[in-house]
Amino acid sequence: MSKVANERSIIHPFHRHPAGSQPPRIYEPYRSTPSRNPSKPLIFLPHTLSEVTGPVYGHDPISETDNDLTRQHTGEPLGERIIVSGRVLDDNGRPVPNTLLEIWQANAAGRYQHQRDQHPAPLDPNFGGAGRTLTDENGNYRFVTIKPGAYPWLNHYNAWRPAHIHFSVFGRAFLSRLITQMYFPGDPLFDYDPIYQSVPDEKARQRMISKFDLETTQPQWALGFRFDIVLRGAEATPFE
Amino acid sequence: MNMEYVPTPSQTVGPYLHLGLTNKHSVTRIAGPGVPGERVQLKCRVLDADGAPVNDAMIEIWQADKSGKYNHPDDAQAPENPFNGFGRAATDPNGACAFETVRPGSVPGPGKTTQAPHLNVAIFARGILLQLHTRIYFAGDPANESDPVLAMVPGERRDTLMAELDPGKTGSWLFDIRLSGDRETVFFDV
Repeated sequence: MSKVANERSIIHPFHRHPAGSQPPRIYEPYRSTPSRNPSKPLIFLPHTLSEVTGPVYGHDPISETDNDLTRQHTGEPLGERIIVSGRVLDDNGRPVPNTLLEIWQANAAGRYQHQRDQHPAPLDPNFGGAGRTLTDENGNYRFVTIKPGAYPWLNHYNAWRPAHIHFSVFGRAFLSRLITQMYFPGDPLFDYDPIYQSVPDEKARQRMISKFDLETTQPQWALGFRFDIVLRGAEATPFE
Repeated sequence: MNMEYVPTPSQTVGPYLHLGLTNKHSVTRIAGPGVPGERVQLKCRVLDADGAPVNDAMIEIWQADKSGKYNHPDDAQAPENPFNGFGRAATDPNGACAFETVRPGSVPGPGKTTQAPHLNVAIFARGILLQLHTRIYFAGDPANESDPVLAMVPGERRDTLMAELDPGKTGSWLFDIRLSGDRETVFFDV
């Protein structure tokens, strides 16, 4: 019994985030951060079995059109059809296979299919704006969707969000859980968006921007964008 | 870490998270009636710095089964039952959400320590750029006294990590998450 307990307590801690690579908790220009984040310092937690494990099984089954947001309704959604694909890797550069990705986004007019979105832009009956998929054995994923529009919000006067797709990824551990936003290259709104600007390091910010990719662009059909996602990885992994 | 592969920055889930995460894919029943263990009905509330309910948050839970086993390949003992251990729910207009589960067992801690039964919690919301991590322990559990993580928390703040029994309701537990302000919940840098 004690042997088992000892075996189970061999923990491979995960890398901590490099300075400047993640947004701070409180970022004043994003006005809802101060009231929704702790004012006291966080307590540093050495990694235990509780942090380095996470939900890798038991997701709801994925259906055939879950990764194609243009085929979830009777007709085709309006807008610019795009293919978003990439890889999920850990910070050791290893692919993260069979992990769940969930996305949600506004339609081409910049409106979410959501009751709280009151932006006076049209809803599209053929666009729900949500998808999910699993990465393959090499960490690859692919979505077909339409390019979301920019939309206004109430953070400050004349505030507009750059076009983006929300990405939620699990990875192997509860602490590798990541929810981010994928942006599009060359968006003129980057300079004015406190959510994008909240990430201190410029190189880190650019990791949220997808790249136009002619190789995955399908002739006469859809533009391709590549977006690789990197999750926290372990300092050393078993079986090495 | 290979510096070519720095983790992608986190961004807020924003106000429309339900569309992709909870409208169709909530998991409020972490453990159904068939899962062995002491039944736990857990009601959480999320409150902001002013004590106002946060009505657009999402809580995710990760927990071990009644024997303290995580359903994960890195846990050498797989759970003996169909228990996943993952929960997810959006908060309602009162900032509340509820889960049905079983009380987890003790889990190995650093060295030869043992961690008291606890649920691992991540909180996402508009205004939260990077998810917050906390833990839910069970008030009155004698194992809390020797828990190595609680030992790192200043004594006067430990009660922010304790679910309390709902008076008069067997198996019903309450846990408030105060994001900021008076009696702010303890959050962990994981």
